[in-house]
Amino acid sequence: MTTDISPAAPSPAPPPEAEAEDGRQQNLLQEILSGSWLVSLLAIVLALLLGGVLIAVSNAEVVAAAENFFAAPGEFFSTLFSTVGNAYSALFRGAVFDWDARTAERAIRPLTESMVSGTPLILTGLGIALAFRCGLFNIGGQGQVILGATIAGFLGYALSLPPIVHMLIAVIGGIVGGAIWAGIAGVLKARTGANEVIVTIMLNSIAGYALGYLLKQNWFTHTASANPQSRVIDDSAQMFLLLPPPFRLHFGFVLAILATVFVWWLLERSTIGFEFKAVGANPHAARTAGISVSKVTVTVMIVAGALAGLGGAAQVLGTEFKLTGGISGSIGFDAITVALLGRSKPLGTFLAGLLFGAFKAGGYLMQSQTGTPIDIVLVVQSVIVLLIAAPPLVRSIFRLPTPVLKRKED
Amino acid sequence: MTAQTVETTSPTHAKVVAPIAWKFPIVYSILALVSFVFFGLIGRDGETTFRVASGGDLFAIPDLVVSSTAAGLTLGILLVIMAAVSVYVAMRRLSIGSWFPMLFGILFVLSFLAWAGGGSGGVIPLTTLLAGALALSVPLIFGAMCGLVGERSGIINIAIEGQLLAGAFLAAVVASVVKNPYAGLLAAPIAGALVAVILTFFAVKYWVNQIIIGVVLNVLVVGVTSFLYSTVLTEDPGLWNSRQKLPDLPIPLLSDIPVLGRVLFDQNILVYIMYVVVIALQIFVFRSKWGLRMRAVGEHPKAADTVGIKVNLTRVRNTLLAGAIAGLGGAFFTVGSGLAFGKEMSAGQGYIALAAMILGKWNPKGALMAALLFGFSKSLGNTLQSIGTPVANELLLMLPYIVTVFAVAGFVGRVRPPAAEGVPYVK
Repeated sequence: MTTDISPAAPSPAPPPEAEAEDGRQQNLLQEILSGSWLVSLLAIVLALLLGGVLIAVSNAEVVAAAENFFAAPGEFFSTLFSTVGNAYSALFRGAVFDWDARTAERAIRPLTESMVSGTPLILTGLGIALAFRCGLFNIGGQGQVILGATIAGFLGYALSLPPIVHMLIAVIGGIVGGAIWAGIAGVLKARTGANEVIVTIMLNSIAGYALGYLLKQNWFTHTASANPQSRVIDDSAQMFLLLPPPFRLHFGFVLAILATVFVWWLLERSTIGFEFKAVGANPHAARTAGISVSKVTVTVMIVAGALAGLGGAAQVLGTEFKLTGGISGSIGFDAITVALLGRSKPLGTFLAGLLFGAFKAGGYLMQSQTGTPIDIVLVVQSVIVLLIAAPPLVRSIFRLPTPVLKRKED
Repeated sequence: MTAQTVETTSPTHAKVVAPIAWKFPIVYSILALVSFVFFGLIGRDGETTFRVASGGDLFAIPDLVVSSTAAGLTLGILLVIMAAVSVYVAMRRLSIGSWFPMLFGILFVLSFLAWAGGGSGGVIPLTTLLAGALALSVPLIFGAMCGLVGERSGIINIAIEGQLLAGAFLAAVVASVVKNPYAGLLAAPIAGALVAVILTFFAVKYWVNQIIIGVVLNVLVVGVTSFLYSTVLTEDPGLWNSRQKLPDLPIPLLSDIPVLGRVLFDQNILVYIMYVVVIALQIFVFRSKWGLRMRAVGEHPKAADTVGIKVNLTRVRNTLLAGAIAGLGGAFFTVGSGLAFGKEMSAGQGYIALAAMILGKWNPKGALMAALLFGFSKSLGNTLQSIGTPVANELLLMLPYIVTVFAVAGFVGRVRPPAAEGVPYVK
């Protein structure tokens, strides 16, 4: 510690490394926490508009109509609106409410499908959001999901236990798997200062290869088949359905709600959560206040990994029912955008997870009915997050006033 | 007199000396024992053929056929000797050059290959193995150079993945439309730089966290390229996405050298550009005004600003340049390898390039070595899979990532990023 006695003397600059770390974390928190719901909403609208432009540009009919724009401008606009409108209405029907469906069940099924797709996103997103709040960048959701799914799935078909117990054991296995995987990054960060971004990216790849290896071992997959996939998990380990069969909504969604409440309690009502936030806000001040930064780093990563592992468990026990190389899909990376869109707050992450789940569920219907590739969803999602990360940009587009509070002084 | 001084100084001197660094001798010893015992003593019977020759060499080298066990034993003994040397060196607190770990690594890999090839009577095509390693490393090397230029000037670039993909996409499309692969080569850097434009726009103008932008940009590029691929490119592949391959341009004489000449100097222009980029960066980052300014801006922007360097302008320019480099790397996926564009064809290589840059301690030379290590282990995995060995491909592929984790955790010396990276400069 530098001793600065005379108040008149210019205060010595903190060591550059500390300054860098500080700046990065404060910056991150500020971006994630500041801004308003209005900005989020406008960002979603803008992103959908941009997606609409992309749909229109890549559509042959619209392009043909545009070539005759001066001859028949009305036709151009009607083609444009019907193309984009059809795509987005299919997206909506696939995600929320299908008014074209023959039965009432079919009509409300999309909403539950969105919840099913959203479940792992919410759980993993919560893990990433929690780490963000502590100033840690957990890019390793993917690896933690893989580990969680692998252990949960393996326990799901390797053990034979009574129904509910079996599922709970498998879920706990998934939680432990994710916690260990993220814990490695946490311990390395705390003990050696290893950058968690790089370590978690590496752990993602390691987990992917490890799963690929395991899926080729017959003792692991419990099948004689040469296909790199496991046996179907036992009925006793599958997450029970919340609604009768045409619906796929499973117990994992309840877990997602419980996890959201848990993270809220952790951050807002518990001592350890206070320490998380203190370290996230200013690690030096936290250390001065007697908080062990390294302990907090390890703990937060373990809890974050546990949540992501739970997401993996929900995916394998609730929807996939067997392990494959692509079990994690892109959940780990989508979850990062979910956490960012949710501004790293529990409720926000929950809603963002639902929204992205809805995009995913609706995207399939949009692709099959209108031929608009589901990849447009990725574009819309990433543009949303980009815009939300830069509220001043959205405000300047819509000529909104700048809020008075946040003013960063040099 | 002299004896006395030695006596008086040596005890005090002994207190000051650093503790013996046991880390590397231990690693060497373990690896040497593994090689000696597993590949030698309890190795596999049978013979391994190292195929060196490839058609059209200046002079033909016959295949090298060795007994798997004998080769394992011989190389194992050599490795044990080297490990002993490293123990001696460590105890005397001397330092050896970087040739030592390299030689050790090569011998270890050879003994591993001799073991892996045995039993199945496998033929190890050395030239193919090395050529594959280089080919797999090219995008990594370009990507690592991109990351390096960006981070040295203070902008963290996680979007290398997206830049590679964008480069691959635009190179394929432009080359296909113009029906000339070189046109693709001109387009690729533009695509990479465009991604960099978005990156710097948000990072410098709106001070958005650079890791966030990088991650999101990767998703965005995957989304846009996959969308256009599914709509436009698949509609008329002949027009938009036909295969165009950069022709190989063997350098006379050099390319006739067996093995290394074949591998290094019988390549397309993109690989030669890569050599130039790496060498140029190694010189210019550390020996030019441009490099000095770049590093100043990345280490201490305020000081740089004080002496009149325009911090943000320097950062923007360098990041755009870096993006162009990564875009070129992406071109290797399509026109460089003669493939059409495919969805998400960069497959996480950008993240590995990032790791290579860190493993190489933000130095062009080091990043090159690290990228080659990644490429080599992948190529080794492919080779072993094709000759059918007992080692699982996945475990081998995992190895470089584990090495990187150890490296980042400070096992291989301290790794220190540029001090001001990721911090927006606000006057």
